[in-house]
Amino acid sequence: MSEVSAAPRTLRFTLNGHAAECTVAPHETLVDVLRDRFALGGPRESCGQGLCGCCTALVNGAAVSGCLYLAAFADGAEIVTVEGLAAGDTLSPVQEAFIEAGAFQCGFCTPGFILMTTQLLKEHSDPSDDQIRHYLSGNLCRCGTYPQIIEAVKLAARKLNAA
Amino acid sequence: MNDVMPAGQIGRSLPRVEARAKVTGRAEYIHNLRLPGMLYAKIARSTIPHGRIKRIDASAAAAMPGVHSVVTGEDILKVIPEPYFGPAFHDQPILALGKVRFAGEPVAVVLAEDPKIAETASQQISIDYEELPAVYDEVEALTSTAYVHEALKPAGMFADLKHLAGKRDTNVALDYHLRRGDVDKAFAAADHVFEHVFRTPQQMHTPLEPHCAIADATSAGITVHSSTQTPSSVRVEIARLTGLPENRVRVRTAFLGGGFGAKVYVKMEALAVALSLLARRPVKVALTMEEQFFTISKHGSTFRIKSAVTKDGRITARYCEVIYNGGAYADIGPRVAQKSGFSAAGPYDIEHVAIDSFETYTNRPTAGALRGFGMPQLVWAYECHTDMIARALGLDPVEFRRKNLLRDGLPQATGTVLRDTATDAVLDRIVQRIGWGQPFDRGGGTIRRGRGIAIGMKASISPTTSVATIAVSADGSATLYCGTVDMGQGSTTALAQIAAEALSLDAEAVRVVAPDTDTTPYDMGTLGSRSTFHMGHAVRRAAEEVRGKLAAMAAEAGVPAGTNLPIAEIFRRKYGMQAGTIVGSGSFVPDYVPPNHDTGLTPNATPYWMSGGSGVEVEVDTETGQLRILRLVNVADCGTPINPKIVETQLTGAAVMQLGFTLSEEMVFTDGQLRNPNFADYKIPGIRDMPERLDGEAVASRQESGPYGAKGVGETGTFGVSPAIANAIEDAVGVRITELPITPEAVLRAIRAAAGDPLGDE
Repeated sequence: MSEVSAAPRTLRFTLNGHAAECTVAPHETLVDVLRDRFALGGPRESCGQGLCGCCTALVNGAAVSGCLYLAAFADGAEIVTVEGLAAGDTLSPVQEAFIEAGAFQCGFCTPGFILMTTQLLKEHSDPSDDQIRHYLSGNLCRCGTYPQIIEAVKLAARKLNAA
Repeated sequence: MNDVMPAGQIGRSLPRVEARAKVTGRAEYIHNLRLPGMLYAKIARSTIPHGRIKRIDASAAAAMPGVHSVVTGEDILKVIPEPYFGPAFHDQPILALGKVRFAGEPVAVVLAEDPKIAETASQQISIDYEELPAVYDEVEALTSTAYVHEALKPAGMFADLKHLAGKRDTNVALDYHLRRGDVDKAFAAADHVFEHVFRTPQQMHTPLEPHCAIADATSAGITVHSSTQTPSSVRVEIARLTGLPENRVRVRTAFLGGGFGAKVYVKMEALAVALSLLARRPVKVALTMEEQFFTISKHGSTFRIKSAVTKDGRITARYCEVIYNGGAYADIGPRVAQKSGFSAAGPYDIEHVAIDSFETYTNRPTAGALRGFGMPQLVWAYECHTDMIARALGLDPVEFRRKNLLRDGLPQATGTVLRDTATDAVLDRIVQRIGWGQPFDRGGGTIRRGRGIAIGMKASISPTTSVATIAVSADGSATLYCGTVDMGQGSTTALAQIAAEALSLDAEAVRVVAPDTDTTPYDMGTLGSRSTFHMGHAVRRAAEEVRGKLAAMAAEAGVPAGTNLPIAEIFRRKYGMQAGTIVGSGSFVPDYVPPNHDTGLTPNATPYWMSGGSGVEVEVDTETGQLRILRLVNVADCGTPINPKIVETQLTGAAVMQLGFTLSEEMVFTDGQLRNPNFADYKIPGIRDMPERLDGEAVASRQESGPYGAKGVGETGTFGVSPAIANAIEDAVGVRITELPITPEAVLRAIRAAAGDPLGDE
């Protein structure tokens, strides 16, 4: 067994397209590091158990629960938060679709849903209802906006396929 | 859909004005706020449900590196000598003093430079107790000699609670009684009498943005940044606690990550203020999801309902005994018991009605407002009861309801006459959309299908006040200042639309300032579906004042009346350059007559009524008790929808939330200890729990007394869901569930019991 070290370590990764570096303790989670070191407000800790998806970030294109994912694992990775989806003033097709379908109310869970949808549509350009429900089953919306979210995912797929 | 002016702002489904900020992660939530020099608070909580605090040993916690200080209830007294708060009763200590009244009550706080250090240190605080007898059940609380409080301490805010001051040896915080006609005589003369008891468990709002307050006390005054639904009411309460004038207390908020009633009145703000006064630094009190369960909840309830019915199906009398489990502190619970008490007999025209509604104290986490203010618990009971009567008499449940429906123009149980209340239209639309009375596939073998409907009606809020201000700048752009908090219901957008309509602008041209008591005028709170109606009126009046002042300025500047000159040009003519501001304000206070203390009757209980209902089709697996919701339609009377798309989303969203309260959510206790304060064990609906088809619809109606014909809709979608599902289950498999949540186990137990083959104990 390798030696376990509590010593802080320096991570280098790409964050929303830019090179980033920070020193973290082994117990620090990705959501804490993104919020505390990089002042990002998109990833949010809510349930603290990896069940609600509010803390979602994309690590090498795959959505992770930032409250359970240790920051140290991000070394060398490409990390995207909701802040990294728009190109300047141009929203991503998923972001546009969420607005057009009215797919949020309080908006607290929205970054997580948008990131998970981004991954879904990269892997399935024309997802079935069951695939949508499968991919989004780890995101909770207490305002209950699921019907409009499903509509937004389908709209985003059409936008991406038309592009 | 309703008639709307094609070019008007009312009835426009424009996206939320903050939509872009929400999809880019840039919308502001207090959750994200950090101030320079800020300390983090972590609460150490009571481990027992009722007892005296004998000793608090904080030495180990205080000695930890990074810990600033440890604060107890005794320390709070140094900065706030009377540290008891609450909107209805001043019964809740900022930190426990002498006694704890529920397991999970805040007893001490660690302040530290880092939240993780504060958390670790809080676990090092050792507290010794002398346990006291406790009471947990609301029915037992009525007669128990274990008293949660020594004496009742009503607050001054509600005049009709004053008579309760100092009352001892009781767990009844408030009792509301309504007497209309002579129920005893009617029951004695009845062809049929039906009596049933229904229960609901304690449940939690679980807003995804947990409660969060940051207080910054300086010699100039106190600023509180809080995830609150009621900035003005929090300011009034903080001013009272600290002895400061209101203008030295600033309470501001941002977008809320959900509220649902969890964030009304003081929650974490008083603690944050006390801690900042002690530390002389900004202090953040941010709860975890788990801690929210110990902060506020939805009342569990027991409702005994009894009806007298003629042989041809007319309800002649109804008695309602409602007992709410309010938990350890009153919060707004006494108002829940009273206001929902008004409507406990349901949307039916019944000559003789008696209602007894009780708010009880128990040794559980506090209960308060949750999306419907008691009505979902009551509709659950009276709409199950209504269906059971119809079935027992062999009547069609819809026809039975139509026969007894309280139609517009008739007096409700309180004596208040219904005006523009479209309950009949709600029922008709549910019937149409669910295809009631038409044949459908009822399944066979172990898979059975059934349909159910339910309707409910709620009074709005009164007495209450809303004030709004609109400023028009010299370029003609308008800014709306109002204290309505946008927690997802879309109030920022709807109020911009109302202001724009009144000012003949596009809604996009109106900027809405986030609630901040330094700039936005008084508003009682964003609660009870009141903002569209009450604040909508205040905004409309402010806009009218602005228009009057603009006209006066134009006249003064020599511009002829009825000119089409741009507003900016009128300013230029008056001031000679782009300069000046026009400010208009408006307020709204609905008429109200308090209920008579003995009869509970009043000619004016509410400025309007909200009606809503649901139709569902379910599929039951008789081998497992598993339930599938095939179809759910939620229909509401909200007058003229200001923004139809947002209204529809409110109705489907409320249905989803109420599905959780119906099928899975329950705070489970053993000996007063909450066993499931987390999302792994307390299941809220996810995307896989959606009905196969879910629709929301507002019926065509108009509330003449409302701004542009509108009234509220935030709560309406919660009314019918639970009883419609229970009614559909009975339709499918012939068993009646009388207690929420309707889990597969509960359904299976009922099926097996009905078959004479009951399941064993848990």
